[in-house]
Amino acid sequence: MQPEDVPYLPRGVRVHRDRVRDAWVLLAPERAITLDAIGHAILTELDGERSFGAITEALAAKYNASPDEIAQDSAGFLRALKDRRFLEVR
Amino acid sequence: MTAETPAIRPPIAMLAELTHRCPLSCPYCSNPIELALQEREIDTETWKSVFRQAADLGVLQLHLSGGEPASRRDLEELVGAARDAGLYTNLITSGIGLSERRLKALDEAGLDHVQLSLQGTDAAMADEIGGYRGGFDRKMKVAGWIADIGFPLTLNAVLHRRNLHQLPRAIEMAVEMGARRIEVATVQFHGWALKNRDTLMPTREQAREADRIVTEARARLKGTLVIDYVPADYHSDYPKRCMGGWGTTGLNVAPDGKVLPCHAAESIPHLTFDNVRDTPLRDIWYEGSAFQAYRGTEWMSEPCKSCERKTVDFGGCRCQAMAIVGDASATDPVCIKSPHHGALVAQADAHAASVEARLVYRSAPGKPVVEPVD
Repeated sequence: MQPEDVPYLPRGVRVHRDRVRDAWVLLAPERAITLDAIGHAILTELDGERSFGAITEALAAKYNASPDEIAQDSAGFLRALKDRRFLEVR
Repeated sequence: MTAETPAIRPPIAMLAELTHRCPLSCPYCSNPIELALQEREIDTETWKSVFRQAADLGVLQLHLSGGEPASRRDLEELVGAARDAGLYTNLITSGIGLSERRLKALDEAGLDHVQLSLQGTDAAMADEIGGYRGGFDRKMKVAGWIADIGFPLTLNAVLHRRNLHQLPRAIEMAVEMGARRIEVATVQFHGWALKNRDTLMPTREQAREADRIVTEARARLKGTLVIDYVPADYHSDYPKRCMGGWGTTGLNVAPDGKVLPCHAAESIPHLTFDNVRDTPLRDIWYEGSAFQAYRGTEWMSEPCKSCERKTVDFGGCRCQAMAIVGDASATDPVCIKSPHHGALVAQADAHAASVEARLVYRSAPGKPVVEPVD
């Protein structure tokens, strides 16, 4: 994931509040993935307009961490979603 | 429940078989031989209530299936109600019965995803297997409309001895259709497929070749097409973790409202099934006798009981143990540890080597099975 990439959730993939299990989940074609706090924080930042760089900076400010740290923590997660076609990049 | 018994967790997925009616008559249909009649189907309001109960119970994914779900005229309304309940809605269809107008209405109703079945990669194969002339051409039209609307698509290619050579083309077609995912599903021998083992059983060589093709395509198409693969069952060493474990992950509501732990569970004669017409879905899931029957590991006997894989595959498929061994609590004979494994292997090879018998097509609800005569 490059800083200028714009990641977004494609149609049919959405973040959902699972009220029965009291958790956030990512719903995708025939899959439901439980999100941890970091995963949820990243995915709710995706708006299809801001770049990966801008998102990591926003998260760094919000969680008082360095943008590099955030980028490192989230790149693997986003790449795994992309490989499964749960995330697109423009 | 004893103290050692793990708590029953809520289900994640529900398969709603809206109807057993279908324009196709595939010889491997997973519906039971005894098909539910249209007049026994539960009505729109009951389905809507079932969807709300399912969401309250913890179901996240709803698979709308059949038969052909498009044979229900209230499909669009049902999709809307399922979305309102908060469910992720997946339509499992052959495409027959869908028009561009209906697909647009499904889009408006909030349908999340479409899974389109593929009986063959050309009209000659697909129409012969589906028993429906013109089906393939119509399906290709439907695939075009699905892409135009932008529904996420999974292509579900059902493979067996007759069409396994078409696997590479099926994968290409999925890419051409813009599908994000393909299910490469080797026929599982339940329901109607049991009648057609002589015709449909893949050879060992075919099963190996399919493994190779899938492995190669997964590497080549990474990030473009996700390939989910159901390998040939009888040629495996270990059984499948059927339904993710009995009564752990999913449930199935039949057209007449019966609630089953898996779509083939009615083939186990001693089980009784509760019905959404008279029992809340929550009670059926947590207390229904059919769901309790094979939950966990207490019901197991040897070789499962002392096996280190017992919580990996939960002894495999109960319906397969019933069909082959005659005992639903036996180890799935696919397992190399089963005393019946050797017989199953011999049986698989004999089916695969048999001179092509004629296909026994699935019949329509209420109609007799037509056994081919030579």
